[in-house]
Amino acid sequence: MAKRKKKKQVQRRTKRKKERIKAKKVANAPKEEIKKELKISAIEEGTVVDHIPTDATFKVAEILDLENHKGIVSIATNLQSKKVGKKGIVKVGGKSLTPEEVNKIAVVAPDATVNIIKNYQVKEKIKVKAPDVVDNVIKCSNPVCITNNEQVATKFYVVKKDPLKVKCHYCERSMGKEEIEII
Amino acid sequence: MFIYHDLLILFFSMDFKNKDIISINDFSKEELLYILRVVRQIEQKPKNNLLKGKILATLFFEASTRTRLSFMSAMEQLGGEIIGFSASSTTSIQKGESLWDTIKMTEQYADVIVMRHPLEGSARLAAEAASIPVINGGDGSNQHPTQTILDMYTILKIKGKLEDLHIGFVGDLKYGRTVHSLAIALSHFNPVFYFIAPDELQMPESYLDELFQRKVKYYKTSDLTRISKELDVLYVTRIQKERFPDPLEYEKFKDMYRIDGAFLQHVKKDLKIMHPLPRVSEIDKSVDNTSHAAYFEQAANGIPVRKALLALVLGKIK
Repeated sequence: MAKRKKKKQVQRRTKRKKERIKAKKVANAPKEEIKKELKISAIEEGTVVDHIPTDATFKVAEILDLENHKGIVSIATNLQSKKVGKKGIVKVGGKSLTPEEVNKIAVVAPDATVNIIKNYQVKEKIKVKAPDVVDNVIKCSNPVCITNNEQVATKFYVVKKDPLKVKCHYCERSMGKEEIEII
Repeated sequence: MFIYHDLLILFFSMDFKNKDIISINDFSKEELLYILRVVRQIEQKPKNNLLKGKILATLFFEASTRTRLSFMSAMEQLGGEIIGFSASSTTSIQKGESLWDTIKMTEQYADVIVMRHPLEGSARLAAEAASIPVINGGDGSNQHPTQTILDMYTILKIKGKLEDLHIGFVGDLKYGRTVHSLAIALSHFNPVFYFIAPDELQMPESYLDELFQRKVKYYKTSDLTRISKELDVLYVTRIQKERFPDPLEYEKFKDMYRIDGAFLQHVKKDLKIMHPLPRVSEIDKSVDNTSHAAYFEQAANGIPVRKALLALVLGKIK
């Protein structure tokens, strides 16, 4: 008898514990949902740039000149990603990207995907590709390079894609990812 | 009489007409060997009127002695004419004219341009602006390809070959563009390199990476005497005072390596010493009269090298 009583007691305690955990989860859940919803709301029409390395999220925003964009803009960074660990995402309502903008994004976020949204649906998914030659996107870090002293479009060769390493067509200086500054 | 590398005596022809000479990185091993063959040809059989009626524009936005004078002398010896300037203060640059416009204007007056400019990449831009060939006489601390070709030609003459040599570079390897370009150019010829400099003036990582990718064997050290017996050629460079904002730093390094009679006791009998000049105190005058000194011959090779390049880009030699 005593054994059965003790067993029941243990069962009750376990049940209560489980209930407490469940209650805690429920209490937390809506907040998390709301937060996510606030961070990355869906757009009716426009472009979503996904899988941006977290340190390049704001560079992408800069490339797309989102500061001056009149439509809806959502920028989120440090999001969990199965693919890349942590990622950034940029949603821009009412904007489609030019090939030049896609090229620029490829330089700072070589693994990014560009989703074209129409009527809340992904109409097209483009995987950006780091080009072999980057025209007029990167500023040369060499202060005595002719491109920083005369009106001339810059040109860089991609010598290594991961981690990104580029070489200036003019002064021949190599630059790593950390030195790359977008024009 | 010196023996040339096998490939040099093979008959092959390349068309360099209208080609720009901007960076040593633009040339393949075969092209370099071809140029060296033409240099030998022109040195052995000078053709005095080869460039008669042609005009060379020497645009020297920065001071130069050897490069400018040897180009002028080379052009004169081949019967050509020279126009140009040797200080940008006397030109429209002072009025704010862009390099692009200066080149666009010059190409109307000349058949070939030789340019020295303090900004890196300026020669490449000039070549894009000009429809006539442009030869880079030095763009900042980036490239000086005609110096590299004359260095290669000197090695070929004094050692009889370019392949399998043990070559030491000593001095300012960090800023010395001659060292950077020569190391890359010689990487085609299975060399072993010894980079001798204090850590502060060692060869930049980007060049070492490039050599590593090209599977070139190299050693870094600050001790010249330790490896002196290994060397076939020692390329000495000046520690450049203008590179040191702190004069005390310069004092610390300026006499760190001194090539003198005592040093020559510990080298191979046939070691050759090169220097792009000007020298300050890194090579003692007593070395000049030894069989090791090759730096004046090196300077003299500037003439046939520049003659050959002018003739090639003007399409007068194929």
